[in-house]
Amino acid sequence: MSNAHSSVLRHHFASLAQQKDASSLGMWTFLVQEIMFFGGLFLVYTVYRHQYYDVFAACSHHLDWKLGAANTAVLIFSSLTMAMAVHAAALGQRKATALWLVLTILLGGVFLGVKTVEYKEKFEAHLVPGPHFLAPTEAAHELKIDASQAGQAQLYFSLYFAMTGLHALHMVIGIPILAALAWKAWAGAYGASYHTPVEMTGLYWHFVDIVWIFLFPLLYLIGHH
Amino acid sequence: MFSGFPLFPEQASTLAGSVDGLYFFLIGVTVFFFVAISAALLIFAVKYRRRSPSEWPEEIHSSLLLELAWTIVPFLITIVIFVWGATLFFSMNRPPDNAIEISVVGKRWMWKLQHMTGQREINQLHIPVGRPVRLTLTSEDVIHSFFVPAFRVKKDAVPGRYNVMWFEATKAGRYHLFCAEYCGTQHSRMIGEIVAMEPADFQTWIQGGPAAESPVLAGQKLFRELNCVTCHRPDSQGRGPVLDEVAGSTVRLAGGATAVADESYLRESILVPAARIVDGYQPIMPTYQGQVSEEGVLHLIAYIQSLKRPPAGAAVPAGGNK
Amino acid sequence: MSAVSTPREPQIPKEHYLNAGYGVKSWLLTTDHKRIAILYLASVTFMFFLGGLYAAAIRLELVTPPGDLVLSETYNKLFTGHGVLMVFFFMIPTIPAVLGNFLIPLMVGAKDLAFPRINLLSWYCYVVGAGLVLVALVEGGLDTGWTFYTPYSTSFSNSNVILAGLGIFAAGFSSILTGLNFIVTIHKMRAPGLTWFRLPLFVWAHYATSIIQILGTPVIAVTVLLVAVERTFKFGFFDPARGGDPILFQHLFWFYSHPAVYIMILPAMGVISELVTCFSRKKIFGYSFIAASSLAIAVLSFLVWAHHMFVSGLSVYASLIFSALSFLVAIPSAIKVFNWTATLYRGSVSWQTPMLYAIGFIGLFVIGGLTGLFLAAIGLDVHVTDTYFIVAHFHYVMVGSVVMAYMGGLHFWWPKITGRLYPEWWARVSAAIIFIGFNLTFFPQFVLGYLGMPRRYHYYPPEFQVLNVMSSAGASILAVGYFIPMVYFTWSMRYGKVAPANPWPATGLEWQTASPPPTENFAVTPTVTEEVYDYTKPPKEPVFV
Repeated sequence: MSNAHSSVLRHHFASLAQQKDASSLGMWTFLVQEIMFFGGLFLVYTVYRHQYYDVFAACSHHLDWKLGAANTAVLIFSSLTMAMAVHAAALGQRKATALWLVLTILLGGVFLGVKTVEYKEKFEAHLVPGPHFLAPTEAAHELKIDASQAGQAQLYFSLYFAMTGLHALHMVIGIPILAALAWKAWAGAYGASYHTPVEMTGLYWHFVDIVWIFLFPLLYLIGHH
Repeated sequence: MFSGFPLFPEQASTLAGSVDGLYFFLIGVTVFFFVAISAALLIFAVKYRRRSPSEWPEEIHSSLLLELAWTIVPFLITIVIFVWGATLFFSMNRPPDNAIEISVVGKRWMWKLQHMTGQREINQLHIPVGRPVRLTLTSEDVIHSFFVPAFRVKKDAVPGRYNVMWFEATKAGRYHLFCAEYCGTQHSRMIGEIVAMEPADFQTWIQGGPAAESPVLAGQKLFRELNCVTCHRPDSQGRGPVLDEVAGSTVRLAGGATAVADESYLRESILVPAARIVDGYQPIMPTYQGQVSEEGVLHLIAYIQSLKRPPAGAAVPAGGNK
Repeated sequence: MSAVSTPREPQIPKEHYLNAGYGVKSWLLTTDHKRIAILYLASVTFMFFLGGLYAAAIRLELVTPPGDLVLSETYNKLFTGHGVLMVFFFMIPTIPAVLGNFLIPLMVGAKDLAFPRINLLSWYCYVVGAGLVLVALVEGGLDTGWTFYTPYSTSFSNSNVILAGLGIFAAGFSSILTGLNFIVTIHKMRAPGLTWFRLPLFVWAHYATSIIQILGTPVIAVTVLLVAVERTFKFGFFDPARGGDPILFQHLFWFYSHPAVYIMILPAMGVISELVTCFSRKKIFGYSFIAASSLAIAVLSFLVWAHHMFVSGLSVYASLIFSALSFLVAIPSAIKVFNWTATLYRGSVSWQTPMLYAIGFIGLFVIGGLTGLFLAAIGLDVHVTDTYFIVAHFHYVMVGSVVMAYMGGLHFWWPKITGRLYPEWWARVSAAIIFIGFNLTFFPQFVLGYLGMPRRYHYYPPEFQVLNVMSSAGASILAVGYFIPMVYFTWSMRYGKVAPANPWPATGLEWQTASPPPTENFAVTPTVTEEVYDYTKPPKEPVFV
């Protein structure tokens, strides 16, 4: 422990290895918690999709699957840049780590930008559930469903906003963390023996990506054969 | 009934005795284990009380046999209780065929009930002794629960769906009806009574009341007012399916699936017609959401059911049939 | 107190965690798990007495059949406030966040929990959650019942559902973070030689609890979030008018809230295991069976949630499965009770206060647990669900068992926490008062429930009055019983006799350091060479002081 990194060993751990093990188990436990958190939403989605399949498929056709697919590509690519950042940090490459992290942030920004465009479009088309949602006859026309199913269309869009919204919130939380990491990486805080924060944030970022990889087909591609 | 200091509820239905049987058995189990464990604890605590601060007793090794015994014995006991409880539950969920039909709509904070003969009641239900009574429950707003302690039965009235319960009174009398699911400010005032009467008295009551339109007739009238008949014609020339014989049958849906045309399906077909279309028809029926009250829907269903069923006993009067 | 094998008068150590700093900052920014435990102790005690005030008002109103003391609206806010405060802000955090927080690092021989700052964050989550809920309760109240059933909570209630929902969301994260910290600490921070099967059962119980916190709490968090969103933006998730299913809410709610009962009772069982073995001076009977049964309970607790919904219109076959699984969860609890009882056999049983609480716990838990069988038996559940039978049943489990265990644990570890002894005579008297008051309060409610008195009733038929009066009378005795310890614990912090490092004496690493412990817990990093609960000889003198 007598190396330059002894300052990063917190007082209650016996060794850096123990500290890293603890962080890693902690992060995985946190991700299990996250799975259950999104799991509740996915359950609600599954129940209603099963019950109102036709309406969900019709509403799903109203989403722009091209934007969704583009965003999927963006996020997968950002997972790659994140993995590169962790790799660079492990090799002690100060500048490369920071640059890969900045690239990850930019890709996250692109994703959120596209999402904003999509939200705006829904907002203007009166597809946000609640009192401003399309009147039943308009909904029937717009979404190609029966007027009596307008309520169920609202269920779909409620879930759409809840699921993509919570996912976006996770990205909004992740980006400042990445920024802080990039800043510290640039300052040379991480090296071969200590880069746990980069690694843990990487796990988080990959998790958020994986959630999207489930969300995209579930929301955008219902009934596309 | 409405005073004094009772410790045990009246038994006034065919189910009450069996529920109480299980109850007493479980009290027996509880008392046995409570006494056995408390006695063991107290005897050990007294007999092996610490006599000097320097006592350090020998270790006693746990015994696998003992552990298995007190795992398996409780397990066997719970199996007995499970089977007993499940059997009871089955009989609670299987209404006899000759039951009198009553529809119940919960609304904050009252119970609206209607007999098949048309009599409407609020917070009060007259029933004959010795005849099973089947209730179809729903709610106009929040979840309520129809609870008659003397009959040992309870069922939630859930908005947007139909639940069914049944009971058969064995004793004439007046019994509490409670709402058992919290439903807001006046929840504890959403109470009423079940008046169980001797069959002859019940006949007098049902004939003595003001003449009322039966749900089947009301449904028929509604059916005409809403012009349902333009599409749902008795011959097969209409744009909608023929409704004769449909209630209770299994219908083929567009897309190949099937559905049993029970109350829930009929309700859905009136309120969200496009949800499950019968095979061979176009989804052209408009919704009646907001145009028909919960009771109206129940009337329409009663009418559609009457097209199928020959009178299931005295509950459906001759006038109710087409 | 029993004589102690310390030859000289015990003295408070010169430096310990309590005198490590006195300023407000030294408390509010501390990362010491022991100080955070004290912060939790103060907060949950406050919430407990506040919830108690609500209970007092409820019992006072129910003395007479008509609702003549408060309006029905107010009454509904009273039982909702009582439920929300007690369940989310007292029962769920109390043993883990106070005793668990204080003891787990000590018991595993660590200097702190794995993530001290996250531990502090969890307390702040609790405080924010409590703050939001208190604002909701003061500013107009909340009248949905602690169960928040839809569509009442989403579309009909005119009270502060959103605020309270956010408060519970925050408190949920406090609970998740505590569980996460425990899991990592127990896995990664154990002292050399402290193998899994040398861990105290208190630690096993908290490990099982943490699993439930990690797997269950996020589901309630997202569920209350959906309710809040449905109310705020008029989205529809559970709205029957739009085809939503209010019963789906109940599934999600009970998927957490049934396991939540085990978040409360498992730590309590952990406490009882420690007490029974120490005050019988016997290695606990069936150590591995008790440890395994904790894990079995944690797993099974996730498979029984729909037994709260047998009259909601659940299909008959689903009901059968959930009934059968509910019976299964009774088995591990029974195993624990039998093993605790067998531990006393040929022991050296002391009648000190913690043991009185432990024996009281076992008796009340047997009643609480066995009345659970009444509810798992579906045919019988139909009659007793949503009546006072349920109220009595869960108070036997939550108050009769959990609070008894908490009180027993607090007395047991009080010398370790404060370095002072509590007055034994007063403690025994108040334990007896609590036991009597509790039974008088809640036993009549079983009878009331079977008679058919529904829960959450403001007005009730006059024939139920006698039993209600008995219950209210018991509640006043119970209140006295809880008040006395509050007084003498406070008194003892300054005037109590100075406690030695190991007053009982007991095995376990927490007794091998000073009372109160130093900030770093142990002066020397402990190593463990002995088996767990070895009471065949006097525990060795504290060596890691």
